[in-house]
Amino acid sequence: MSAELQELYQEVILDHNRRPRNFRVLEGGRTAEGFNPLCGDHLIVYLKVDGGVIVDVSFQGSGCAISKASASLMTESVKGKNVGDVARLFERFQQMITAPPDAPVEQLGKLQALAGVRQFPIRVKCASLAWHTLRAALDVRNEVVSTE
Amino acid sequence: MRVREDFPILQRRVHGKPLVYLDNAATTQKPQTVIDRIVRYYREENANIHRGVHALSVEATDAYDAARERVRRFLNAAEAREIVFVRGATEAINLVAATHGRAHIQRGDEVLISEMEHHSNIVPWQMLCEERGARLRIVPITDTGELRLDEYERLLGPRTRMVAITHVSNALGTVNPVTAIVQMAHQRGAVVLIDGAQAVAHMPVDVRAIGCDFYVFSGHKIFGPTGIGVLYGRAALLEAMPPYQGGGDMIRSVTFEHTSYNDIPHKFEAGTPNIAGVVGLDEAIEYVTAIGLPRVAVYERELLAYGTDALSDIPGLRLTGTATQKAAILSFVIDDIHPHDIGTILDQDGVAIRAGHHCCQPLMARLGVPATARASLAVYNTREEIDSLVTSLRAARAVFA
Repeated sequence: MSAELQELYQEVILDHNRRPRNFRVLEGGRTAEGFNPLCGDHLIVYLKVDGGVIVDVSFQGSGCAISKASASLMTESVKGKNVGDVARLFERFQQMITAPPDAPVEQLGKLQALAGVRQFPIRVKCASLAWHTLRAALDVRNEVVSTE
Repeated sequence: MRVREDFPILQRRVHGKPLVYLDNAATTQKPQTVIDRIVRYYREENANIHRGVHALSVEATDAYDAARERVRRFLNAAEAREIVFVRGATEAINLVAATHGRAHIQRGDEVLISEMEHHSNIVPWQMLCEERGARLRIVPITDTGELRLDEYERLLGPRTRMVAITHVSNALGTVNPVTAIVQMAHQRGAVVLIDGAQAVAHMPVDVRAIGCDFYVFSGHKIFGPTGIGVLYGRAALLEAMPPYQGGGDMIRSVTFEHTSYNDIPHKFEAGTPNIAGVVGLDEAIEYVTAIGLPRVAVYERELLAYGTDALSDIPGLRLTGTATQKAAILSFVIDDIHPHDIGTILDQDGVAIRAGHHCCQPLMARLGVPATARASLAVYNTREEIDSLVTSLRAARAVFA
């Protein structure tokens, strides 16, 4: 298997795909729905915000390993953070997965596991779907988010 | 079959591996003769048709008309004027819905399609039904992906005006019994459109034997260029239909008070057509006819049997679409691996397949899967390529084990 594939499907990704964290319905909070028409990835992000801080976050849905692992890793990395910090984190995450293949990888903690996506531009939408959906939930936009 | 060398693209490598092109239901590759024909048209013959008195325009017009006659022979239509050149199968269906459909479908009427249709044979009818207050009814399929003919017969009612069914399912490979479908519809007085997009490159098609009123296909799925396709319609129906688009070539005379329309097929070909596409399609049909579609069908049937056996040996793999009458399409899911991930891993090995809903979201919902992986074969594919597919799928399974 190629080095690019090994980086893309590294153990962290496979593990979060097999056992997604915070994969549950969260009653009584905000929700948003995300949809990728290209491959049929579909997820719902559930969110509880208190005093500008994300106190709980979860997701449900179906999709490829990249979209599922990305959603799972996202829930872990935004819980407990304030909304402004999350917006900046999304920006840095987006930069990381769309950077040229040879650019140095930014320090983004466990989210770095998704850096392999930059070798596969067609999969960027898979990795960013959960984040776009999270942003929609934060904005309380009651609409379906599409990556197309 | 010794045809691979006719297709230059099959020599190329992808990610350092020889290309294994198994996405023929999306689009087919082009033989050198088709590429050369398009180049020759632009280098030596380019002119507008049905316009000038000069030599080039006459040559271009002759080539265009000859292509129409070749398509007639290819489909065994009764007359060349029953062949309308359009952008593709999608435009052909939209044309029929917007003209014949608008003229004949009233409030309370019914249009019958099937559960296995491509979005292009769903949405135009849905739009029409919404506009006219008509009802879109859906013929269900069995778990193996065959049309429920008993349900079809039951759904054919006194209000059924139109039946639109695919000849071959792009997502499952099912070959529908179109002759019987047409007969049953005609007994109830309904008009039938058959979507031949996935059929024409893989089996002989005779529109008069099928008996259909309309038959549509796209050039790019039969080794021809993109942006060109065919609508076959029975002359009496085409003549009765209002025009689709207005413009040059579709008129007989124009004043600001009144326009009278040209004869068929010109009535439906407003504006300068895709002449290069038409001559390219002409060459593609000549190419596939020279090989012989009965031979193609036999070869692909063997390849399908080989592929079906090979894929069935992969643990956790389930074929979606196992109809008895099947074209060479292998649609499948693998436990715990999303089709999109399969597609990415195979691509690194140079193996090109489709992963997704195949523009058949209602069908995916019926099958209870968000998406499938699909290897769709053509006459230039080989057993060795199926072996490469299998090797690559086993590697994908190892990644996700």
